[in-house]
Amino acid sequence: MYDKTVRRRRLTLAALVAASLLLLTAYFGESSGGALHSAQRGVFGIFSPIQEGASTVLKPARDLFGWFGDTIDAKGRVNELERSNQQLRARALASSEALRINGQLQRLLNLDTAGGLAAAKPVTARVIGQSPSVWYSTVSINEGTSSGIKVGDPVISGDGLVGQVSTATGGSSIVTLISDGELAVPARISGSGADGVVQTGAGGPDDLRIKFVARRFRVDPGAAVVTAGTLSTSGPLESLYPPGIPIGKVTRVEDPGTDAQKIYLRSYADLQRLEIVQVLTQPINGNRR
Amino acid sequence: MNLDYRSLVWRLALIAVVTVILQIAAVSQVRILGVNADLVPLVAASVGLLCGAMPGAIFGFGIGMLLDLALVETVGVASLILLAVGYGAGRLRELRDPQGAIVPLLVGAGATLVALLGFSMILFLLGQRVPVGWSLLWELLGTVAINAVIATPLYAVVRRCLVAAMPEDPRRRRRRAYTTGGLSPLSKP
Repeated sequence: MYDKTVRRRRLTLAALVAASLLLLTAYFGESSGGALHSAQRGVFGIFSPIQEGASTVLKPARDLFGWFGDTIDAKGRVNELERSNQQLRARALASSEALRINGQLQRLLNLDTAGGLAAAKPVTARVIGQSPSVWYSTVSINEGTSSGIKVGDPVISGDGLVGQVSTATGGSSIVTLISDGELAVPARISGSGADGVVQTGAGGPDDLRIKFVARRFRVDPGAAVVTAGTLSTSGPLESLYPPGIPIGKVTRVEDPGTDAQKIYLRSYADLQRLEIVQVLTQPINGNRR
Repeated sequence: MNLDYRSLVWRLALIAVVTVILQIAAVSQVRILGVNADLVPLVAASVGLLCGAMPGAIFGFGIGMLLDLALVETVGVASLILLAVGYGAGRLRELRDPQGAIVPLLVGAGATLVALLGFSMILFLLGQRVPVGWSLLWELLGTVAINAVIATPLYAVVRRCLVAAMPEDPRRRRRRAYTTGGLSPLSKP
């Protein structure tokens, strides 16, 4: 009796497995219009409205469980999104920084090209330190004598003259800015052609002035001020600065046409936010025009 | 066929239909951590655990067939796998008769694992594209974990549906005697 039961069980099991495999084989073997496919479509046709009804009826329950699932998923995604956000923010900052540096380098290149400064063997350097005082009269750069930089070399940014090298070591230099009271730059006011010397006024680093302008020259606000270069056609007294480098723009003139006239200007270069500068290491023709 | 047996068949058929509809219409659409529960292997394993190997195998075959037909998928795949799941759970009951609250959980997790691996393997052998990799592993482990959580309550529901049509279990009767007012041997003087 036991053997018979076991045999019957085994037969049933074998029949079920065989039926599954037969169905599988037949399903694969027949075309889409075959009996099994037709039966499938029939069952699907019967089940579809039931499924639709069940789906509608079960929607609240589904939504409830879905809410739990979404909440758990959302919690998991918060960390992932925060990490992604941090990475994207860092990348955006890096891109923005690269764009800004690129802009500065482009302006420097334009200045070199337009001002004919390429022959002055410019050395591009990055500002690595700035004077902590409110005057910001010196900055340190990451290039030095090993790059051909020497004391007295003029320093420019993409916007115009920045200052001159006051100390140079092997791998870095100190640049004294034009806002420093001890620096004097021979300058010329474009348009009028008046010569003078740019220095910081008594008011501080933002108080740039052009001094020693003869009263016969009429100077208007908005006039551009550039370096004058060496004025004498010969002799040992050469200017440190090549001619034609933009310095700033005249902002106002007090007592015009008198010996006491005061001409104020604003530097083109943002002296408080310098990042990339160029040191002009080679005078061209004694910095004469 | 006596009345109880016929009642059991009807109940099993009803369970199969309701399970397939619930799975397709609701459970498959609720995803938790990117995976969803799969009631079908759990129900097949529960039936096997409650009714034995042969009813489990037949039920697995039937519910698999229904699932394949309703989902318009390759007929025979689910039948073959769920037949194995139902039979395996039934044999476990017949050979070991494990007791304990954790049994449905372990059997449910095992049944889910077998079903998912079986599906992947058969589909792979049939030349269908199976996403082998971390996604499959995640799907597999996630579904096993979710199914393990719901295995015990689902087993209780299936048991409740079938218990009236099943022959009385002597052990159950004995336990009931202890817990419904009968004296425990320890409390006897």
